[in-house]
Amino acid sequence: MTSSLPTPAPSRTAPAPAEPPVLEVDDLAVEFRSRRRTVSAVNGISYSVRAGETLAVVGESGSGKSVGAQAVMGILDVPPARITSGQIRFRGDDLLTMSRKEQRAVRGPGIAMVFQDALSALNPVFTVGHQIGELFRVHRGASRGEAREKAIELMERVGIPAARQRVDAYPHQFSGGMRQRVMIAMAIALDPDILIADEPTTALDVTVQAQIMDLLSELQRETGMGMILITHDLGVVNEVADRVAVMYAGSIVENGTVDEVLAEPLHPYTQGLMASMPSLESHGDRLNPVTGTPPDLSAVPSGCAFHPRCPMARFGRAAAPGKDCARNVPVLREVVPGRTAACHYSEELEHE
Amino acid sequence: MGRYVLRRLLLTVPVLLGASLLIFAMVYALPGDPIRALGGDRPLSEAVQAQLRAEYNLDDPLLIQYLKYLAGLVQGDFGTDFSGRPVLDTILDRLPVTVRLALVAVGFEILIGILAGVLAGLRRGSFFDNLVLVSTTVVVSIPVFVLGFLAQYVFGVRLGWFPIAGITQGWYSYVLPGLVLAALSLAYVARLTRTSLAENLQSDYVRTARAKGLSETTVVGKHALRNSLIPVVTFIGADLGALLGGAIVTESVFNIPGLGRAVYDAVLRQEGAVVVGIVTLFVFFYIFFNLVVDVLYAALDPRIRYE
Repeated sequence: MTSSLPTPAPSRTAPAPAEPPVLEVDDLAVEFRSRRRTVSAVNGISYSVRAGETLAVVGESGSGKSVGAQAVMGILDVPPARITSGQIRFRGDDLLTMSRKEQRAVRGPGIAMVFQDALSALNPVFTVGHQIGELFRVHRGASRGEAREKAIELMERVGIPAARQRVDAYPHQFSGGMRQRVMIAMAIALDPDILIADEPTTALDVTVQAQIMDLLSELQRETGMGMILITHDLGVVNEVADRVAVMYAGSIVENGTVDEVLAEPLHPYTQGLMASMPSLESHGDRLNPVTGTPPDLSAVPSGCAFHPRCPMARFGRAAAPGKDCARNVPVLREVVPGRTAACHYSEELEHE
Repeated sequence: MGRYVLRRLLLTVPVLLGASLLIFAMVYALPGDPIRALGGDRPLSEAVQAQLRAEYNLDDPLLIQYLKYLAGLVQGDFGTDFSGRPVLDTILDRLPVTVRLALVAVGFEILIGILAGVLAGLRRGSFFDNLVLVSTTVVVSIPVFVLGFLAQYVFGVRLGWFPIAGITQGWYSYVLPGLVLAALSLAYVARLTRTSLAENLQSDYVRTARAKGLSETTVVGKHALRNSLIPVVTFIGADLGALLGGAIVTESVFNIPGLGRAVYDAVLRQEGAVVVGIVTLFVFFYIFFNLVVDVLYAALDPRIRYE
């Protein structure tokens, strides 16, 4: 099963473990409330990112991976969304207890975000130069002229040809790949410590996807920023991430270094995700998707949220005491040193 | 862009010709004899009637009358009314009054309509939002003349805040009729602004603006509002064309000597030249402001370009 992935690139920038994480998310929970129902989109997730490190957050649509990132960025629509618990510490300070003004000072220079669909994420009525330059004008008090020069510099840096001529063009006049570069230029404008990339390549064509991922990795190497990469593409994870957090139904179900998680998943969901990936070796065979559909977040199954889709779920007398998949919620626990998973039967996967 | 505007302007010529012929034919088809009506209780002598008919070409068939009218028009002659006053004089006399009224009305649309719409859009579901929703529904369902008389009675007669009729007090005389004239469009502007802003506030680029650490004032006032106002501005532009031609009822209720009143009086007297001259002007305003809107649209939304 695990052999379906290409072997991870050997050289990874391993961050010094003594250095404290730049961003720590601790027990974060987000709810969406409407008159009729309450949906828990994120149930107490925790992760941290150090400088220069890339954390991949992986999961299906509706797993809460984007909502969690939006909470970190402070751009959830409140209401209907509500952060019900947790801390988001940036350089030790909790963003959630800061004043709005202090929060704004972090967005841009501290944490920045690249969105999935650059066409809708860029304002159609302002030039790209204006939109990139706006960051310098608002956060650094730059003049129009200075901001424009900075915008040109950034556009060159992210590989947009003829930047000086194109600085006054509007988003719709760029191709999809170039628009995403504009988006990236905007995100890295103020040298953020953390860059959140929310499915940055999903809306692009395959040939452009690789270019954008390369650009992000290159920028990360140059600036030493930490990166949270939200994706459902395990191939991308394997190439660029250092650590990976797998999310299912609003919770993290597995956490560890990319090499370990992809080589030996400790949660049946991770295993299923990997089995569903096409590879050269399985050429000609049918893919093995994870059966079933992601749960409705307003009616998450009891016990382990994954149990209705899990090939190794055990119930009643077949289950070990206190480990009935339909009754007992598995907590995220350290299965082997440095690796956590939320499954009652992770050990069996380990010895498989 | 220049070529596009030129082409559109040239296109107005056939439209104006068609419109004027249509209006001409309708006045022609009106029952009754305008010349005989002139005399009222004291009938004019046959000779005078015949002379007047000849002077106004009333004995000719429709098409000949129209062509003679056009021939005059080409030479800058808009014809005269039955008292011998050139129609052009009437137009030049009355136009400023109508323009003033339309400007006051548009001013109210912009000021009150957009403000109410923005506040409602920012606080969706709030008391104010519902208030705007209910009051605009009420306004659009009341006919203009009822609204006019009501305003006249309440603010003019009862409270005495505004003059009841006429334009003797300068711009101040235009406030109440302007408000009545604006009412319908104002309600529409408020609704349009509200919906448009509410929709844009949910958009991805507003989220991006927030992620850039911009203040809420900048996010809403610059990023969301700039996009939300595109349909509103174009509506107001088109409405200005309509207001310049559609003030007949309001001008009558408030006894304002504008073009609307002039055309109303001319219809009653069956003065073909006056009706055709003024109504064709209305048509021109309408077409012209629609062109202005199209040009404005391209200026406001860079995604739209005319070749």
